[in-house]
Amino acid sequence: MTEVAGRRAVSTPTPPTPPPPAAGGAARQSATFGGIDRPVGAAGGGGPDFDAIHRSPEFTALRSRFRRFVFALTALFLLWYLSYVLLAAYAHEFMSTRVVGSVSVGLLLGFGQFATTILITAVYARWARRRIDPDVARLHDMVGQESAAHEAVGHETAGGGR
Amino acid sequence: MSVLAQGQVGDPVLNSVVFGAFVVITLYLVYRVGSRGSSTADYYAAGGGLTGVQNGVALSGDFLSAASFLGVAGAIAIHGYDGFMYSIGYLVAWLVNLLLIAELVRNTGRFTMGDVLAFRMRQRPVRAAAATSTLVISLFYMLAQMAGAGAVVALLLDVHTKGGQALIISVVGLIMIFYVLVGGMKGTTLVQIIKAVVLLLCVVLMTVFLLGKFGFSLTALLDQAAANNTKGEKILDPGVQYGRTPITTLDFISLSVALILGAAGLPHVLMRFYTVPDARQARVSVVWTVGIMTVFYGATLIIGYGASALVGSERILSATGRENAAAPLLAFEIGGTVLMGIVAAVAFATILAVVAGLTITASASFAHDVYANILRKGKADPVSEVRVARLTALVIGILAIAGGIFANGQNVAFLVALAFAFAASANLSTLLYSLFWKRFNTNGTLWAMYSGLGSCLVLVFFSPVMSGAPTSIVSGVDFHLFPLSNPGIISIPISFVCGYLGTVLSREKADAAKAREMEVRALTGIGR
Repeated sequence: MTEVAGRRAVSTPTPPTPPPPAAGGAARQSATFGGIDRPVGAAGGGGPDFDAIHRSPEFTALRSRFRRFVFALTALFLLWYLSYVLLAAYAHEFMSTRVVGSVSVGLLLGFGQFATTILITAVYARWARRRIDPDVARLHDMVGQESAAHEAVGHETAGGGR
Repeated sequence: MSVLAQGQVGDPVLNSVVFGAFVVITLYLVYRVGSRGSSTADYYAAGGGLTGVQNGVALSGDFLSAASFLGVAGAIAIHGYDGFMYSIGYLVAWLVNLLLIAELVRNTGRFTMGDVLAFRMRQRPVRAAAATSTLVISLFYMLAQMAGAGAVVALLLDVHTKGGQALIISVVGLIMIFYVLVGGMKGTTLVQIIKAVVLLLCVVLMTVFLLGKFGFSLTALLDQAAANNTKGEKILDPGVQYGRTPITTLDFISLSVALILGAAGLPHVLMRFYTVPDARQARVSVVWTVGIMTVFYGATLIIGYGASALVGSERILSATGRENAAAPLLAFEIGGTVLMGIVAAVAFATILAVVAGLTITASASFAHDVYANILRKGKADPVSEVRVARLTALVIGILAIAGGIFANGQNVAFLVALAFAFAASANLSTLLYSLFWKRFNTNGTLWAMYSGLGSCLVLVFFSPVMSGAPTSIVSGVDFHLFPLSNPGIISIPISFVCGYLGTVLSREKADAAKAREMEVRALTGIGR
């Protein structure tokens, strides 16, 4: 019902008037961050102080660690996939070389794509669980108990909406 | 003529019974879980209460369309290795989702892609662009599925009159509308899950049987496949379908790029990330999807070559449905009418589930982005928003039926690849810029989105898909100027470049505070 619209700040966009998150955020969250309790930028109103979180060394470290890792992995798999596609497109003889019985280099490289996809997925999931999730949880704690309490209330009123 | 037309293969009555059973069971379940409430969160996102595993299975159900089951197996059976390349593209594509999209989108949006894109931009123009792109992509994708439904009907139920096929397409469409209207996202998800599990069981069983039949020797299977294919040994190597000329080779590269970059921009895939409670569950979803995809596409390779080995390329191509008949014919070969009935039902269920997923996405985008946020300026009450969404779903369902009847028998397989090109060109560029580039602004978003969509449409219009080739939609005239069937290799860079230029050339300053807020939210989920 209506509390859902109010509870989640992101999605209450009011285009012409500036403060979209304020519509919902202000009502339920008055938590501040780092003792700064002025309205935040265009967001106005209460809610977590995103500017302060954004400035905090914890967040900057988390962000650069995240970006370094996912960009590197993305570059890696894109490069590997593109080389495979180019080989399949232009290096027919190489791809047709038989390795074991009728199994060719092409087929093995194809299976290789399967294997690396699984591998990258596993590596990322494990890394994120160890290196991202704990830090995210810590940031949540820093933002304050008050907003957490409001979150909990939100859980109930939304009927398990989260 | 056709093996099936002579009624020698498969039993239409049995096929109908198995499919009917699937429909009755799912209808009952959808009715049981369906939300009759009017909360937007329930209708669009199943209240955000699915687990990562459930959502992962449902994502696979959403993603594995008839094109990727019947189509890829058929392509491998006929063209061999080149068909396998589709599988790899569809699978590797999920890494883009896993690393760059799923968690961040989950944290910054609520129901639609427009939520993410409009987060720090001017709401109305960006939401309008996002809704346009969502509707165009959903419609193209849906048309491909529904037109395929006609072919599947002809193949499996032995209905050959246009009127009879139209009737069955209508029935399929009406069932789909019921799923969406009654079940909302929860009901649709349930259908996806059931379908994904049945489909997976089906292909795994067929694969194990095939491998057993060839003594678990891949070489034996491959040799037999080559022996029974008119193209012989060549099907074990790349180049049969795409290696004929330098242009077809380039087309193949274009398609490959569109495939891996497109999956992360498909609106019905993006929307599924909102059905889980947090970013970690979104990650778990993709991990499960990758697992299921790996098994599925590995199995498809065996099934494709198996169909060539046991059925033979000539028999497949002479059957109604041609390439699409490979998997059902193989099922008949190894499991008789019963297995073929199950495969038939699974193929139907696939179309049903995928179209339902597309319908709910398109209706959400219209109701949430256009109605609630553009027309009512964000002041729509949830009850009327859900009412609009249901109404839109009805309209889209009827459009899908009409489109399916109209496009029945047309060569529309390219529409799926095209939907991927659209998604990669219009959506992926804007999503990535939005999530990772602070300076990106409203102007850049609009440029990237419309240039991606526009260049795709123009290039396709002047491509051999429309005219100038034996398989073109328009015959008799030749106005093709662009040699490639898939525009991705041109349109994706265009979209990225336009997004960049649109941003740096406009005097508009990005909203720095909102950009910082978005970065924090995307990575941590704080404030949600």
